[in-house]
Amino acid sequence: MPTVSMTVNGKQVSGEVDARKLLVEFLRENLLLTGTHVGCDTSQCGACVVHVDGRSVKSCTMLAVMADGASVTTIEGMASGETMHPMQEAFREQHGLQCGFCTPGMVMSAVDLVAVNPDPSEAEIRHWLGGNICRCTGYHNIVEAVRDGAARMRALGKAAAE
Amino acid sequence: MYAFEYHRPGSVADAGALLKANEDAKIIAGGMTMIPTLKQRLAMPGELVDLRDCADLKGITVSGGTVTIGAMTKHDTVASSAEVKGAIPALAGLAGNIGDPAVRNRGTLGGSIANNDPAADYPSACLALGATIVTTNREIAAEDFFTGLFETALEEGEIITAVRFPVPEKAAYKKFDQPASRYALVGVFVAKTAGGVRVGVTGAGQDGVFRQTDMEAALSANFAPEAIDGVMVSPDRLNVDIHGDAAYRANLIKVMAKRAVADCA
Amino acid sequence: MSNVTGIGVSVKRKEDKRFLMGRGNYTDDIARPGMTHGYILRSPHAHAKINAIDTTEAEKAPGVVAIFTGKDMAADGVGSVPCGWLITQKDGSPMNEPAHPPLVVDRVRHVGDQVALIVAESLAQAKDAAELIEIDYEEMPATVGVASAATGPLVHDEVAGNLCYDWEIGDAAAVAEAFSKAHHITKIDVTNNRLIPNAMEPRAYIGEFDKGTGEYTLYTTSQNPHVIRLLMGAFVLNIPEHKLRVVAPDVGGGFGSKIFHYAEEAIVTWAAPKVGRPIKWTAERSESFMSDAHGRDHVSHAELALAEDGTFLGFKVETTANMGAYLSTFATSVPTYLYATLLAGVYKTPAIHCNVKSYFTNTVPVDAYRGAGRPEATYLIERIVDKAAREMGLDRVEIRRKNFIPIDAFPYQTPVALQYDSGNYFATLDRAEDMADVAGFPARKAEAAKRGKLRGLGYSTYVEACGIAPSAVVGSLGARAGLFESAVVRVHPTGGVTIFTGSHSHGQGHETTFAQLVSETLGIPLENVEISHGDTNKVPFGMGTYGSRSLAVGGEALMKAMNKVVEKARKIAAHVLETAVEDVDFKDGVFTVAGTDKAMPFAQVALTAYVPHNFPHDQLEPGLEEQAFYDPMNFTYPGGCHICEVEVDPDTGVTQVVGMTAVDDVGNVVNPMIVHGQIHGGLAQGIGQALLEECVYDESGQIVTGSYMDYAMPRADAFPSFKVDNCVTECTHNSLGVKGCGEVGAIGSPPSVINAVLDALLDVGVTDISMPATPAKVWAAIQGAKTAQAAE
Repeated sequence: MPTVSMTVNGKQVSGEVDARKLLVEFLRENLLLTGTHVGCDTSQCGACVVHVDGRSVKSCTMLAVMADGASVTTIEGMASGETMHPMQEAFREQHGLQCGFCTPGMVMSAVDLVAVNPDPSEAEIRHWLGGNICRCTGYHNIVEAVRDGAARMRALGKAAAE
Repeated sequence: MYAFEYHRPGSVADAGALLKANEDAKIIAGGMTMIPTLKQRLAMPGELVDLRDCADLKGITVSGGTVTIGAMTKHDTVASSAEVKGAIPALAGLAGNIGDPAVRNRGTLGGSIANNDPAADYPSACLALGATIVTTNREIAAEDFFTGLFETALEEGEIITAVRFPVPEKAAYKKFDQPASRYALVGVFVAKTAGGVRVGVTGAGQDGVFRQTDMEAALSANFAPEAIDGVMVSPDRLNVDIHGDAAYRANLIKVMAKRAVADCA
Repeated sequence: MSNVTGIGVSVKRKEDKRFLMGRGNYTDDIARPGMTHGYILRSPHAHAKINAIDTTEAEKAPGVVAIFTGKDMAADGVGSVPCGWLITQKDGSPMNEPAHPPLVVDRVRHVGDQVALIVAESLAQAKDAAELIEIDYEEMPATVGVASAATGPLVHDEVAGNLCYDWEIGDAAAVAEAFSKAHHITKIDVTNNRLIPNAMEPRAYIGEFDKGTGEYTLYTTSQNPHVIRLLMGAFVLNIPEHKLRVVAPDVGGGFGSKIFHYAEEAIVTWAAPKVGRPIKWTAERSESFMSDAHGRDHVSHAELALAEDGTFLGFKVETTANMGAYLSTFATSVPTYLYATLLAGVYKTPAIHCNVKSYFTNTVPVDAYRGAGRPEATYLIERIVDKAAREMGLDRVEIRRKNFIPIDAFPYQTPVALQYDSGNYFATLDRAEDMADVAGFPARKAEAAKRGKLRGLGYSTYVEACGIAPSAVVGSLGARAGLFESAVVRVHPTGGVTIFTGSHSHGQGHETTFAQLVSETLGIPLENVEISHGDTNKVPFGMGTYGSRSLAVGGEALMKAMNKVVEKARKIAAHVLETAVEDVDFKDGVFTVAGTDKAMPFAQVALTAYVPHNFPHDQLEPGLEEQAFYDPMNFTYPGGCHICEVEVDPDTGVTQVVGMTAVDDVGNVVNPMIVHGQIHGGLAQGIGQALLEECVYDESGQIVTGSYMDYAMPRADAFPSFKVDNCVTECTHNSLGVKGCGEVGAIGSPPSVINAVLDALLDVGVTDISMPATPAKVWAAIQGAKTAQAAE
């Protein structure tokens, strides 16, 4: 079996995996990082979104071996200790989640959006989230949360720059 | 997924050698189609050859009125490339609307055209812009490359290395999303070039991407949305499914084409 | 306390941090020691005989632990997956109720029917082995659509005409009389499109058996673990309840689809002791499409009799409903008691009659999906009211106002069994018109026209019945279960409180809302309250969460238990403070004695309860823990007004919802943030039904919309920001005055969307459109109207 090694949430990990093992299976089964979810089998729902080398990808549509040597961040790696990432905080503040199943993917996608577009409009947010399906919220409060999270991230960036 | 062996060659030459040595080997680029296909057990490659480390397949260059994009260049890279935006903004726009952000961060130009999904976006741009597909063996005109549903002129072991897009005078792409998959129910790429107007249509055709030559003639005579009004788009050989019958797709071809031409103004 | 965390405050959710940090505990996240993986081999055919199943080769495949078929289960005496609601037909006979084996024995009846369980060390190995199983299928012709079910091939040989039941409600003679006096009769035919619920978490189960104790455990993605324990233990596997533990941990959405007892739950639980190791089964999304119970799927013809001034005189309805291949847990109640009883809507129509025929087809079983019956009733009523107004040249708002049940008419007895306790449909309509800026609509329509767009406005004024309960009522109507709720309040010695509730949260935020009730009632901080739910070994009993019942039934049970706690604590305080019980007051978490400065905080009473050094034990027991069961007097009746504004692009047929206003009377509101979130979600599912979603079968019974590639799930860009508000009339029969908010969005909104689309298309001559109003369908309707006009 091939061996993979990668950085996950800042920690070096490695393991033997079946070549057909998906990145999401490696994260959930081998590393017990069960915050990343699987909601579909056609690469559309986005519950499995993680960051690979800083960009959002669907971990259900990538083999674990394809992430060999990469730096992977999952929802478990977003907070600093018990202090949530500003986007996580914004989702709580704006009631941007209900059952919580799509939430990790939503947060990871939203953070990627703000990385490329620090002040997205409502239309831009709705368009960006085309690859993340939520059945609970009607997206109303998710949009509010992403907007709020972006503002928090901008404020934090500004504070860090000063 | 069935079991397979995974390879990650460091160059196109090594990749070619692997393909030659293993009859049931398949290439994986971004994997956006390949992995779902494997998951559904619709393909059973004995070997999977990942082109990720082939540095000679990446990069974007613009020179002499041609945009050359390496086969392993990701959609997001094309969409956000200042060079592409400057030379053929319609192509950057097309790339920026494929799938969703996470798909664009993995999916590649080469993977898309090698798969030739009848509802993929890139093939329409290739046809309308008169692109040349560069492979490990040869150069193939887009017209000759797309040969049918999920069919291309690629031979066993042949690997796409880059695509060369001539820079048009004006171009625009309009896509009508299939409501569920968000693939193109109909996508129309209109390009005005020195040699005339070319119209590439994806999503609609039973045989995959095609050129709408009646529209090309009308638009070459008068490059204005109204010029399309008089063109009859036949519903023959157009797709029929729960998302639209042939008449609807024929209508969308006209509507999208008109909107694309209007966008060129 | 109460102004910060009590009733009426938008407290941020206690459960959010764990979900946001990836620390949720969903069934598929659980890995039990020695766990194996199960894969269910399913029928690729809609209808076929099974002549033989050969598992020889598969059993030799690497990693395979065991393979089971229906014969193994039958040989073990495993029972049929039961239906929980008996419908009595209009001739007095019971409904037809064919057997539903968890694994089929010799015949498959829908694509996705369960044929075999393969247990292996890994899921990939189980799937590899599944391909080696040889099945000799003999295909049979299938009955697919409900319209042709009566004459189609028999799904069950013993059920003639595929008829499950022929049932009626209302007074046919009174209706005939009303129609004979009508000035105008409006007729309509509508289809309520079949939907696939698609909770984002796929169903998942782990079956486990403890050889030492003989106890079975099922981890399940269920909305009601106790109901599963009862149904599976008593009817299918014959396991006594004290030997069966059912745990529903964090559950990723349900919308009705996770109420039901599914075959796979019984399969993994039954097989676990046979392999001697836990077995996990998790649905892939493509399996969800062919095995989760679907929703809706009704076809109706209705006629409304009106007087010259637009007063409704009578309403008659013929409905045909699709049950699918087998009866799912509550399937039979949906097109009857959850639908036809709502056909009065918000109107004082004096005579109503409805006949419902339900049929078996070779499709996935159909059961309750968000709203369950009530969206179908609302859609039918609100479509025909709009149509009647148009035909008679009356204003669509005025015709509604004219026929609304007056404010002073409550309690109002409808002609179809229900008695509405409270409501004010005028108030919700007024408020919605205001919020939707109806006055500004003509200007917006004119502006849209300049851009080549057709703009329309649509109304829906609705009522629903929820807080699904009164055991006595539902029992008399055929329910095979009681529909009460339970709660235990355990006060710990140091003043913390754990609540055990039979309600189950899978997104509704009970950990917060229920804690707010505790905080308000007992005067303790929110962080001192823990809500425990979902484990039959912790919670004494429960009927679970569906039918917008958690607060109105489960919340009331909690209030009842807390009242008992306060009474007990009052006795303790009286004893310690050396006064009579009647003289002890309790307010803001402190017991005081009237007319004195004697006081004792709740936490101190709690400690005393567990340190009862000088209790008069003949009068006062130690401890502070109480349990209550609550069974309400009636359903609750939320109602309201939804106004939708759309823009249609006539060139492409695309409908964009540009405004969605919902003003709902859900009774008193404990947490407005959570209530509005529930309404947002319901609106999205309602708009999804109206514009995007439909489960399509082809003639052979294959699901055409078998994945997200073809089943259009609403994405973020399908919606505008919603405008949501509440008007309140209190429920008169519960102490909180609450009604329920989980389903109103999905019940009220679909007709508002379709009425808006038809309003937009009025000028181009389109008078009817079916759900979902997809771009292709709208465009075709416009072309059809153009052709018709050209021919005139």
